[in-house]
Amino acid sequence: MSTATETVPAPTQVEIPKISIDVEFTGGLEMLFSDQRRHTISLPAANKDGKPATIADLIHYLCEHTMKDARKDLFVLQDHLRPGILVLINDADWELEGEEAYEIQAGDNILFVSTLHGG
Amino acid sequence: MPPALCALCKTERALIKRPKNYQKLCKSCFIRIFEDEVHHTITSSQLFFPGEKVAIGASGGKDSTVLASVLKTLNERHNYGVELILLSIDEGIKGYRDDSLETVKRNAVQYDMPLKIVGYDELYGWTMDQVVETIGKKGNCTYCGVFRRQALDRGAKMLGIKHVVTGHNADDVAETVLMNLLRGDLPRLSRSTSIVTGSDASEVKRSKPLKYSYEKEIVLYAHHKKLDYFSTECIYSPEAFRGSARSLIKNLEKVRPSAILDVVRSGEDMARLVPGAAPSSCACDGKATPNQTPADEDNIGGCGSSNGRTNGGEMAAMEKRLRENEAAEAAGLETEITAEKPKARSQDKPNPTNGQLKTAGTTVPIRLKQKLGTCEKCGYMSSQKLCQACMLLESLNKNRPEITI
Ligand SMILES: [Zn+2]
Repeated sequence: MSTATETVPAPTQVEIPKISIDVEFTGGLEMLFSDQRRHTISLPAANKDGKPATIADLIHYLCEHTMKDARKDLFVLQDHLRPGILVLINDADWELEGEEAYEIQAGDNILFVSTLHGG
Repeated sequence: MPPALCALCKTERALIKRPKNYQKLCKSCFIRIFEDEVHHTITSSQLFFPGEKVAIGASGGKDSTVLASVLKTLNERHNYGVELILLSIDEGIKGYRDDSLETVKRNAVQYDMPLKIVGYDELYGWTMDQVVETIGKKGNCTYCGVFRRQALDRGAKMLGIKHVVTGHNADDVAETVLMNLLRGDLPRLSRSTSIVTGSDASEVKRSKPLKYSYEKEIVLYAHHKKLDYFSTECIYSPEAFRGSARSLIKNLEKVRPSAILDVVRSGEDMARLVPGAAPSSCACDGKATPNQTPADEDNIGGCGSSNGRTNGGEMAAMEKRLRENEAAEAAGLETEITAEKPKARSQDKPNPTNGQLKTAGTTVPIRLKQKLGTCEKCGYMSSQKLCQACMLLESLNKNRPEITI
């Protein structure tokens, strides 16, 4: 996991603009996120390089701020989303939207669905 | 990026990218094509006949919920004339099945299907919790899987039903193919690819109508049809080897989505090289094949959880015992035959890539299941004296702790 995000904002203390989005976890992933399906996330609009926040940034953010479960590897492997987890961006397969490179817009609904859990 | 349009209707926005061919589809075209493909599998394999009673092995999870929903839709749309019943197994794991059984109960109402729940305790005298008390936490998937397989069959028998359909999908089949490939177990690989297993006249037939459906599409189907399903992680650890095979499949899919169906097809092709194996793509002559075998525990897929983070030492030991037992049995019931092609013997050119299971001058013995008997104890179809469940029960019963209720 990247370590930079925690330390960058401290010295400047400039208010970074945030975008508000809805993030949902289903298919068993909610278990990793406090058993809560819906989360409203205020995501920094730009990442540490000053670029617009992408799904990749969101995944980092979720790991560091939202996920209380210690089993990060059930969500992220080698710094990327674990294979077998689907992402729907406003109901569309993220493969149609550029996957991790998709630039997040305010009001987006991002759904993470695990295909890995049984029932 | 402008939104892509559906490749079929060319009017709606594409929401799905199909893993098998990268086709971009809108929601309604995707739902339709998913159903059409399952219909094709059902008709080309002649899975059902009119008036047949069919039990859907229902866990409340995504696969069986999608299966129930699709079968209801297709049964009505194409007039299969089958009578569908939900059949659920209660393993007796405190808390674990509560929510999933509640889901199945809701499904029964939503799909207007009767529901039968069978408990391990009534079938085996043991709940899974009692098994765990006795043997510890590791190695449960073997017990659970073996017990569950028979539980569905026995539950079906109790209801007078001779056909159980399960929600095994292409990912499950690919995973099993890989596992058997990595074990060098070609006969089992062969069995695991067939869409129908165990269809002896007196026994319960098993089939997997979602055999060619990607897990990804099953999840997307459930999502877009807003199906009510339950996800859980089995609280007991999955077998490490299965977890690794599953991770491998998912990693391959990421790089090359068609890999999953390619592995399934490769498995079918390899199955044809195994003498006596049924042709896997069509089950219509199922009774005529000499190789009717019970479904393997490998077909069950444990609990479907794939973390593979624990390695079950006791499970491995039990698996080993099961296998040794099977191997010993094989000596009696199975014939060592050789993939023959005698004339190719000392012929001119070495021919390493001729698609045969042998290279020139070398014969590779292939085990062939000759016949199946029944378990001495319970009468369940088995190639051994005791079926796997009875074997497990025997060792369990030796260790039964003094419990007074
Ligand atoms: Zn369309």
